[in-house]
Order: sequence, then structure tokens, then C-alpha cells
Amino acid sequence: MNPASHSPALEVKGLSVEFPTRRGMLTALSDVSLTIARGEILGVVGESGAGKSMTGMAVLGLLEPPGRVCAGEIHIGGKRTDNLDNDQMESVRGRMVGAIFQDPLTSLNPLFSVGQQLIETIRLHSDRSRADARAHGIHLLKQVGIPGADERIDHYPHQFSGGMRQRVVIALALAGNPQLIIADEPTTALDVSIQAQITTLLRRLCREQGAGVMLVTHDMGIIAETADRVAVMYAGRIIEIGSVEDVLARPKHPYTRGLMGSIPALGARVERLTQIDGSMPRLNAIPPGCAFNPRCSAVGPRCLKARPVLVPEAQGAVACFIHHGGVA
Amino acid sequence: MLAFLIKRIGNAVLVMLTVAFFAFLIFRFLGDPVEMMVNESATQSDRDELRARLGLNEGFLVQYVRFVGNAAQGEFGLSWRNQQSVIGLIAERFPATFELVIIATLLSLAIGIPLGVFTAIGRGRWWAESLQFGSIIGVSLPSFLVGILLILIFSVSLGWLPGYGRGDVVNLGWWSTGLLTQSGRAAVVLPSLSLSLFQITLVMRLVRAEMLETLRADFIKFARARGVRRRALWFRHALKNCLMPVVTLTAMQVGNLIAFALVTETVFQWPGMGMLFMQAVTFVDIPVMAAYLCIVSFIFVTLNTFVDIAYAVIDPRLRAA
Repeated sequence: MNPASHSPALEVKGLSVEFPTRRGMLTALSDVSLTIARGEILGVVGESGAGKSMTGMAVLGLLEPPGRVCAGEIHIGGKRTDNLDNDQMESVRGRMVGAIFQDPLTSLNPLFSVGQQLIETIRLHSDRSRADARAHGIHLLKQVGIPGADERIDHYPHQFSGGMRQRVVIALALAGNPQLIIADEPTTALDVSIQAQITTLLRRLCREQGAGVMLVTHDMGIIAETADRVAVMYAGRIIEIGSVEDVLARPKHPYTRGLMGSIPALGARVERLTQIDGSMPRLNAIPPGCAFNPRCSAVGPRCLKARPVLVPEAQGAVACFIHHGGVA
Repeated sequence: MLAFLIKRIGNAVLVMLTVAFFAFLIFRFLGDPVEMMVNESATQSDRDELRARLGLNEGFLVQYVRFVGNAAQGEFGLSWRNQQSVIGLIAERFPATFELVIIATLLSLAIGIPLGVFTAIGRGRWWAESLQFGSIIGVSLPSFLVGILLILIFSVSLGWLPGYGRGDVVNLGWWSTGLLTQSGRAAVVLPSLSLSLFQITLVMRLVRAEMLETLRADFIKFARARGVRRRALWFRHALKNCLMPVVTLTAMQVGNLIAFALVTETVFQWPGMGMLFMQAVTFVDIPVMAAYLCIVSFIFVTLNTFVDIAYAVIDPRLRAA
């Protein structure tokens, strides 16, 4: 085992991403820091536009131009990747970090068989012969639970159902044996019954391969079932991070509390679900102070002036004046 | 795949029978063939005898079947104008036009596709934008003007390439080709370039637009996330998804090229079918026109059948159809 195998699967420090636009610079992510250990699943939740997918794309080096990383560092398996050029990044993707995207129907090239795409990926990241790569491809398909893998490898994407296609996508993400997998809404496009199968599969593979998984989703149910820790994002920042049991059972940030209150619980009869009034501010209209202040029920005078930072606690970390100071 | 082939070929045969029916109609009912064939001193019995010999007294269906049978063997009768066999006249001219059109098509694909890919991936760079702008000029210049300009530059001023004729031709018995001799190859350069310039720009613009569309697709993003190199991404994953419309366009344009070849053949004195058909129309030479109709349809139908098969080769989703 080389020394790099002791470092975490992913370490992000103070990451900021900005988009230059005609009306000035938009900061899409600011000061995002997180760590994912090997064999650990970190859930990243938040509303649309909170920056959860953006974080995943930044780690993959696939930000859509003109978006760019303007501050911070990204280390995958102990190797710094945010300062690599395009060519170097091509050999990081697939080999050190794999990805699973939302829609399995459009993630696969329709004109190539599953085997062709698997063999291509396997051979990009190893010096296996074609026959060897094919055998490994069949092995991967079996591993992700595709029945009749020997035959199915020669089928085309349109011959698979949605759930099966997402399994193929996972097999492709695993083909380079990466230590980190970015799963961006991997179950959102699937039926509920299939969702559980896919998350169980993800969890099993994560344990077996010792890979870290960044599970981006807006579905708290998936987080509760699958993740070990969870990071809650709001307007481009992480506002709370901690173990799943802790954050779900004892949310500290008012926003997280609001999120938990808006989930119906089985068995408990509640007259009305609580809801968070208003909507997340657009990137060009983030209020001064805490970005959540217009919607926060406990807002104090300090929340309107200064921006709270993540403060580590005994369990996890929270960015909220109210929580830390009682009366802010 | 076999069922697919049989179905497509069956369709092609049906279309050809329909075309042959119309060719037969003009052949049989546009004017009286006997009147056109006999000389003025022929007696009524001569005419009746000829009519019987040509089988014109038999039923409509019998005549049609015989026409189709003859046409299938390449037998279209005698030209009314010079009493030569129609198929002989066409066989003499067809290879010249066919070679010209095929080379022009290959040129347009060989040059147009890479240019399209490069202008798509270099979007926003000065060289890609100037190529894109230059292609508008290519689309708007009429073919005869391009031909004359090419002759002026490469033949008259520089003297590099011949400006007219087909050069030396090698006769292979059923086919005469200019591609096996030095002078024949030199002679085909300018006319095919002149004929293909429009196609090159058309293919380039089509490929560019399709590439830009495809490069936004999810599977391209996922391929990048798998670590696929940019070169393979462009020329393997994206380009293959752009080929369907290119195949369609090319097949349709081959027909247009045969038509445009008329102008190019005139400018370059190319001994192709162009002049033959101009004369046939002028002299109402029905057998030549009927043969032309059948042969051009045959080319179209054959090409379209190949296109359908090419679709299935490119896109696995169509193989079941």
C-alpha cells in the first residue's frame, strides 16, 4: 500500500467557483470545505441552485466555461487536482474519480454497445488486452447485478430498462477503479422501487471497493438510507455538516430544521407539514449577512450584517450565529 | 437484419416498377412509334407489319411486362434520332458522368466532414469563424463561375491541370475509365472540384451544426467523466452521432450532382450524359428519355436503399424496424 492510500478519498478546502457575466462576477460556490473518507458516503443536499451539483462538477474538472475555480484546493486520494491542465485532468477522470449522472437514459452513447463503451473505458485506464477488458467488463456487469451479463454486454443501451441502464452507468463509473465516485442525483430519474435497489448497490460497492462517494441529491429519504454523513448547502455555501443520525434527528441550522420539518414521517399524524417561506435567493441577489436571513424565523440583528462561518462542534459543524450565540 | 434487407429491397423493386410504368406510358402513348420509325414512302402494309413486329397490337399489360423485361436487361430499343441502340449511347457516356459525380461526392465528404468538426470544436476562434464565413461564399457562388475561375487560374495562368476533356481513357469492355491514366486523373481534378465546392460547404455547415448539438449531449459529458480523450470524444462519440443527416444529404445530393453535372460538363467539355439528354429533349427522342428516366430512378432508388441500410449500420435502434 502506498502512502497515498491513507489520505482521504476527497478533500476540498475553501473551494470557490465564480462565473464572469456581463453584469459582474457571480459567485456560485464560496469557501466550500469537505472531506470524504474511503468507504464513506457523504450526502450533499440542498435546493436547486444551492451549488451541490456545482461542487461535484468542480471536483470532476467539468465546470461549464466560463465558470472556474477561483480559490481553494481539491485533493483526490491525496493528489491535488484543481491546478491540473486539460490533458492531465483527462487521466484523473475515470481513474481517480468516477461519475454517475442523473439520467441513465441519456448518459450512454446510443450508437455503441454497452461492451464497446465498457471496453473503451477499461482500456483507457489499464493496459489490458481487448479480450481481457471484455472479460473484466462482464465481471463489472455481474458486480452491479445485471443478469445474463455474458450476453447483455453486446446489447445496446436502448435494449436496457432505466434501472438496468443506471447499473451499466455505475459499472462504467467503476471501470477505472476510482477511489472517489461523484453520484449526481443518481436515482432521481428512476422509479421509487428501483431507487432503493440502486442506493443499496451504491452502498455495497462503496464498502467493497473502499471508494468514497459524494451523493448529491435533494431527497432526504435517500440520504437517510444511504449516507454516513451529510452536508447541507444553501446559496453556494455549506451551512451544516455532520453525521446523518445527528443532522436528521437534531438539526441545528434553522434552514436544516425547516428541511426536516417539511418531510412527512410515516406513522406520525401531523396536521400540516411546516414549510420554509420564500425561496433561495438568486446568485446575483444574495442579501448581506447570512444568506438565509430573509427566510429565517429566528433572525437577529447580527445575521443582517455579518456572514456566519462553519464552526466545528463536538458533532459536525454549523454556520449560524443564532445557534452559537443564543441571541445574536 | 435479413428481414430488414428484404423489406427495403422489396420497396426498391416496387418503386422501380412504378417508374417503369410511367416510362412505358410516355414511350407508348407520346406520339406513334411506328410513325416516327418508318420513312415517308412506307405503305400501310409496311406499317402494319412493323406494328405487329414491335408487338404494338398486343394488350396493354402484355406490352408493359415486355417493356419491364427488356428494361431489366438494359434493352430500351433504338434512338429515334440516329437509329443507334439507346443503351449503347448511354453506356458510352455514363461512365464519364458517373466518375465525375462519385469523385465530387468523395471530395465533398473527405473535405467537408473534417472541416465541419474543426469549425465546431474551434467555435469562437478566429480561424473557425473565418472558415464558417468563407463557406457562405462557397454556398453562394454558382457552379459555372467556379468552373471558369478554376480554369482561369489552374489551367490558363498556371498551366498545372487541363481545363477541358477527359484525358486518355482505358476501356475495360463494359466500362471506360479515366482514372487509370495520368492524363485522365489530371483531367478530373478541376471539374470534380468545381462540382463539389458547393457540396463541401454544405457538408461542412451541416456537420458543424450537428456537432455543436451533439457536444451538448449528456452522453458526451458522461464520456468525459469516464476519462475519454478529447480526440476520441470528437471523432468517435460525437461524429458518429452526426453521420445520419450527412448520409441523407449525400444521397440526395448525388441526384443533384448528376443534374448540376450538366453545367459542369458544358464548361469543361466533359463527354458525359449531359449533352445526350439535352439533345434527346430537343428532338423528342422518347426511347432515350425513357431510358434516362429509368436509369436515373435506378440510381436514386439504389442510393436510397443503401442509405436505409447505412442508417441501420450506424444506428442499432433502427435494426429491428
